[in-house]
Amino acid sequence: MKQKLVLVGNGMAGVRTLEELLKLAPDMYDITVFGAEPHGNYNRILLSPVLAGEKTINDIILNDAQWYQDNNITLHTGKEITTIDRRNRKVIAADGTAAGYDRLLLATGSNPFIIPVPGSDLPGVIGFRDIKDVDTMLDTARKHKHAVVIGGGLLGLEAANGLKLQGMSVTVVHLTETLMERQLDEVAGKMLQKALEERGLHFLMATQTEAILGDERVKGVRFKGGLEIAADIVVMAAGIRPNTALAKKAGIYCERGIVVNDTMQTYDPKIYAVGECVQHRGNTYGLVAPLFEQAKVCANHLAQYGIGRYKGSVTSTKLKVTGIDLFSAGDFIGDETTESIVMKDAARGVYKKVVLKDNKIHGAVMYGDTVDGAWYFQLLRDKTDVSNFRHSLMFGQAHLGDAGHGGQNAAASMSDDMEVCGCNGVTKGQIVKAITTKGLFTLEDVRAHTKASASCGSCTGLCEQILASTVGDYSSTPKQKPLCKCTDYTHDEVRKAIKEQHLTSIRAVQEFLEWRSPDGCSSCRPALNFYLLAAWPNEAKDDPQSRFINERSHANIQKDGTYSVVPRMWGGLTTPAELRAIADAAEKYQVKTVKVTGGQRIDLFGIKKEDLPKIWADLNAAGMVSGHAYGKSLRTVKTCVGSEWCRFGTQDSTGLGVKIEKMTWGSWTPHKFKIAVSGCPRNCAEATIKDFGVVCVDSGYELHVGGNGGIHVRATDLLARVPTEAEALEYCGAFMQIYREEAHYLERTAPWIERVGLSYVKEKVVEDAENRKALYARFLESQAVFQVDPWAEEVANEEKRKAYIPIKQVG
Amino acid sequence: MNNGWIEIGKVDEIPRRGARVVQTAQGDIGVFRTAEDEVFALRDKCPHKGGPLSQGIVHGKRVTCPLHNWNIELESGQAVAPDEGCAARFPVLVENGVVYLQV
Repeated sequence: MKQKLVLVGNGMAGVRTLEELLKLAPDMYDITVFGAEPHGNYNRILLSPVLAGEKTINDIILNDAQWYQDNNITLHTGKEITTIDRRNRKVIAADGTAAGYDRLLLATGSNPFIIPVPGSDLPGVIGFRDIKDVDTMLDTARKHKHAVVIGGGLLGLEAANGLKLQGMSVTVVHLTETLMERQLDEVAGKMLQKALEERGLHFLMATQTEAILGDERVKGVRFKGGLEIAADIVVMAAGIRPNTALAKKAGIYCERGIVVNDTMQTYDPKIYAVGECVQHRGNTYGLVAPLFEQAKVCANHLAQYGIGRYKGSVTSTKLKVTGIDLFSAGDFIGDETTESIVMKDAARGVYKKVVLKDNKIHGAVMYGDTVDGAWYFQLLRDKTDVSNFRHSLMFGQAHLGDAGHGGQNAAASMSDDMEVCGCNGVTKGQIVKAITTKGLFTLEDVRAHTKASASCGSCTGLCEQILASTVGDYSSTPKQKPLCKCTDYTHDEVRKAIKEQHLTSIRAVQEFLEWRSPDGCSSCRPALNFYLLAAWPNEAKDDPQSRFINERSHANIQKDGTYSVVPRMWGGLTTPAELRAIADAAEKYQVKTVKVTGGQRIDLFGIKKEDLPKIWADLNAAGMVSGHAYGKSLRTVKTCVGSEWCRFGTQDSTGLGVKIEKMTWGSWTPHKFKIAVSGCPRNCAEATIKDFGVVCVDSGYELHVGGNGGIHVRATDLLARVPTEAEALEYCGAFMQIYREEAHYLERTAPWIERVGLSYVKEKVVEDAENRKALYARFLESQAVFQVDPWAEEVANEEKRKAYIPIKQVG
Repeated sequence: MNNGWIEIGKVDEIPRRGARVVQTAQGDIGVFRTAEDEVFALRDKCPHKGGPLSQGIVHGKRVTCPLHNWNIELESGQAVAPDEGCAARFPVLVENGVVYLQV
């Protein structure tokens, strides 16, 4: 006999819990759902666009009748549960319908708070909570003129905007001086008010409602001080209260909400609760992301997996009210222990305020330009020390709105046909359509369905904005990202286990850390292979099948399935003999394109896979080795000519470049690693946008780290100044080693340094000489293993060569 | 062996969690071998942009296309949701360590 699960409350949190449960244990329960409203589950957040006439009810249905049928769920709509009989484990609806349960899930949501003034029970006084309220508003708008909205919070402003768009004259009444005072500070609130007034809304600020006037239905509103205005409808939007009536009546412990533990159980362990009705660790939530987190944990527990725990959420609000961009997160007011950085440009309608405490972001509020909201929120959640980039904090994470989408930084002002993701050619309209038709709620969903932000990631901020404005609210919860879908462990936890448990094979890691999939996926296998090689260079065996094709076939795959080949040219130097050999090889293997790369190498395009070992053999014979242009490894050391020829050169930059390349080639790193050496501060080798850059000066060498010339142009940070070449080499090796040992797989040095802080790297590499020498020694130790030319190795091994040719030719 | 079955080589010649290519007049076919030594054959063209699936990383009974990371089910040739598309399948038979293919 299956166990019986009853859900009371057919809304987003409850039904999401069922969806998560069905994914984990589709046949575990007989499920019955009771909903007080006569509809299936719909997206309550999108009621505002329905009111504004931008969407219809059908657009916002999340689960239709068919869904319940397909999943064998008994659905009772329009039936409000009035009694929980805990002794006999059954629930009873107002009409007498009863259902027994083994497990009961309460998701009763919240109710609008109706201010208890005389007349608040008159017809025409409503909340803004469900489809019925929207129907009432639309109906009134057709027949009448005057609307009053009590409450200038988010919900109230959305209602006011909708009623205005339906042709009504709307007055918003707010108790304090500042609109949305829970999400905005005074300055941002005033900017918002001004913008809304320009759109024709009226405001009565710092005004208290005394009575609602009327006999049979509402006719007007009277305020303290005696002012009276006409009203054909009054919308109460003065806040919401968790709906605990049913739980309280059944004797379940409630405070502001139904009190639950970290597995979403109430004081009666057979009864769970999720959503807005819940109080968890003293907090109640009204945003989607925390509710979905709760749903996931609750489903886990119902499926008897028992591993998930809900630990609360930090929420951000990033809301679009009638085309106005707002963002806030954390404590954005501040107190005597905090500092604030404020930027205000009234003419552009931009306001940003970041509240710092101990050099960490404590809260932020933004108006007008919110593209960096997601970045600030991430810094807030990660508790990142911002002292190293505090001077530029207010200008945002420069790359958002940079490469690939033409400097756009406000999604709201983009038209539907404008491109958001420059990599995959995804327009704003396509993203909006995917979000609305497929019911997407998270950035991951948007990535999976549209591919926007799934390649280079530079449009992530824009995608989050579009998600926020389309879904209505968007927030994410603080959480360490797991390495991939096969595990809950983070990159750092996996690395720690490899080191501490002395794990030396992918299989051993997957077994020890209880991987969910039998042999991993295309994300975790390359990461694990790298972590093992980095931790145990002498013991771990490289697994080619866990490498991306480029590293497996030592060449770069191109869109037509052919490969490109780049021989190494130490420090960018070559000889007539090498050039002749390259030219001969290019002709012999019908190379279609010969191109000079940004890293001062020659790239040969259009080579068939079966020809790779042959062209390598030819290039090897002329003294050249693999250029590793394909690897998460040292790519190139770019140089300028330096003191040997240049009249400005201060040191032998070319010679040092060659020495560095001889030391670092063949090293596997978390992501590609580029080096440059410039002979003077004119910096012709562009050393200040490399992972490691040397700028020669008369007194020695400036060592720069963490630069990037890609999606997000980032100039390097100065690591140290050293007087000798030997020290430059030692610092270089030590820096590569600490990056290799500590960064996450596929994390370039730039984001890694931003994550751990330059001061941390300086402490380990510059200030602690002993540690630097130890890092350098470990670097050289693993180089002794890895400095093997893979081309010569493949050419010499008949078994390995087979991988490059077809197993059979048919016909 | 007959009935249209063509011998293409030994199982051991295909790397575990890897693939080899069979060249035909109609285009390449990828022959995949999983960690469990199951063998599957698909048209060596990703339904997305024609990437050579045989060059991808094989995990479980799936392969990840090397060009844009689509995941393809080796058994059915179907792209894993939310991506949509299908690479043609070819019947495979393994007998005494030898792989046969119907083209």
